[in-house]
Amino acid sequence: MKKKLICIVCPNGCEITAETDGSGKVISVEGQSCSRGRDYAVQEMTDPRRTLTTSIRIEHGQMPLASVRLTAPVPKDMIFKVMDCIRKIRMNAPVKSGTVAVRDILGLGADLIITRDVPAEGTEK
Amino acid sequence: MENIDAVIIGGGPAGLAAAVELWNRGIRNMLVLEREHCFGGILRQCIHDGFGLTRFHETLSGPEYAKRFIDKAEELGIPRMVDASVISVSEDRIVKAVTQEGLKVIRAKAVILAMGCRERTRGALQIPGERPSGIFTAGVAQAYMNLYNRKVGKEIVILGSGDIGMIMARRLTLEGAHVQAVYEIMPFASGLPRNISQCLNDFHIPLYLSHTVTDIRGKGRLEELTVQKVDRDRKPIPGTEIIHKCDTLILSVGLIPENELSLGAGVLLDSGTKGAVTDEHFQTSRKGIFAAGNVLHVHDLVDFVSLEAEELADCVARYLKDKELPECSVSVLPGKGVGQMVPRKISGTEDVTVSLRVTGKMENCTIRVMQNGREVISRKMKKALPAEMIRIPVKADMLDQNGDVEVSVL
Repeated sequence: MKKKLICIVCPNGCEITAETDGSGKVISVEGQSCSRGRDYAVQEMTDPRRTLTTSIRIEHGQMPLASVRLTAPVPKDMIFKVMDCIRKIRMNAPVKSGTVAVRDILGLGADLIITRDVPAEGTEK
Repeated sequence: MENIDAVIIGGGPAGLAAAVELWNRGIRNMLVLEREHCFGGILRQCIHDGFGLTRFHETLSGPEYAKRFIDKAEELGIPRMVDASVISVSEDRIVKAVTQEGLKVIRAKAVILAMGCRERTRGALQIPGERPSGIFTAGVAQAYMNLYNRKVGKEIVILGSGDIGMIMARRLTLEGAHVQAVYEIMPFASGLPRNISQCLNDFHIPLYLSHTVTDIRGKGRLEELTVQKVDRDRKPIPGTEIIHKCDTLILSVGLIPENELSLGAGVLLDSGTKGAVTDEHFQTSRKGIFAAGNVLHVHDLVDFVSLEAEELADCVARYLKDKELPECSVSVLPGKGVGQMVPRKISGTEDVTVSLRVTGKMENCTIRVMQNGREVISRKMKKALPAEMIRIPVKADMLDQNGDVEVSVL
């Protein structure tokens, strides 16, 4: 089966054509301009994954939210399950960018890390 | 009145990158003025990742990208202020700012414009209809969701296929809203192809090209929109009406460099970029006033904003040292297929990078730089999109010191 993909690894957005055989094995990848594009296409054809960025609720902070992201992509069909899990998280300020909020989220092999500092209410920034 | 060598207006990626680079070039007597309560500019609300691939070889979220520069400025002890809103810049570089310490009046040897850009609004599009609540620009919706924890709506229609609009389509979907569709008046998307893929296609959000909103109805809150297909002249085609029941319309219909202060200083603007007309040193038509980043021309990638600001800082450091920069008397003219371009004046004696956007989608095209009837550079491209800024480095030894340069895409 042939499929046209747009590579999402970098802003170049290469148009890649990937082909699989009857067993689902990738037999050809064309159109990418680097090896990461090739890796993306193989991954996308066999086990599509996405990274996720959102935010978590921070209590007693100068901001109500801290932005977060996953350290590795997770299976695409798990994104909404991961969101449900993230939505329940509450942390107390202060929080620091780089802190792990959840280790190995839902056992998917990716950590959820905080991507901005939120100082506690009433403190100097 | 204070005397400061370099005043930087704006503490986003452009302003901070310029400040750090100036410091590295030995400039100490400077001041960064930021009107918000925190540094980082628009990156603070861009919580998605994909920033920094060119510069840091990793994918960062907006706040993380900003933090690299904020931390550096902190570490170096660069003089900087938040809650400081510049209210005017004069032709002779007197900068007035409202700050927590009161009114500040500064005589600057060099002024660096790094105010970024703002969004086009419903007013700019002149969409007819009623004026209910529930109509947001994409950046405002993004600030509500990502900074203030406010829900913007449940049933969403997005007009315009700019990157922020598509990123908000994904963000809203992840947070439980239903994005009905994205409509784009042009026959091509204005954002990057990878955002169509990962923000729309991944979530089965349809994108309709050559369509626009032609009526807005609602008492109090938005209730209903009419969308129509448009012809080649972007005129709505009768009989193609689609009605959307929705409570929110998000506009992602373009960004405009924020140049009110520049105009006050008598800086000449470019009708293509809507930013200042600058030379290869990022100097505007006013001596000692420089501009880089989104205030100069809207970028797709922050890596090129910070890079450009650093190039500017190198020129400003030279200017402060030599009191003068080499004259730039060679005009760079946009030819066929070029929508906008920076810089517009060059010396012909130094290496320069020309940044441009094409007017429409092109395939198998050639970018050609000509001077005095001679081809300076020609670069073949498999495809060129208005959404993607193209950067063409030109070596000094390929240029003459007189005769207009014309850049075209054929």
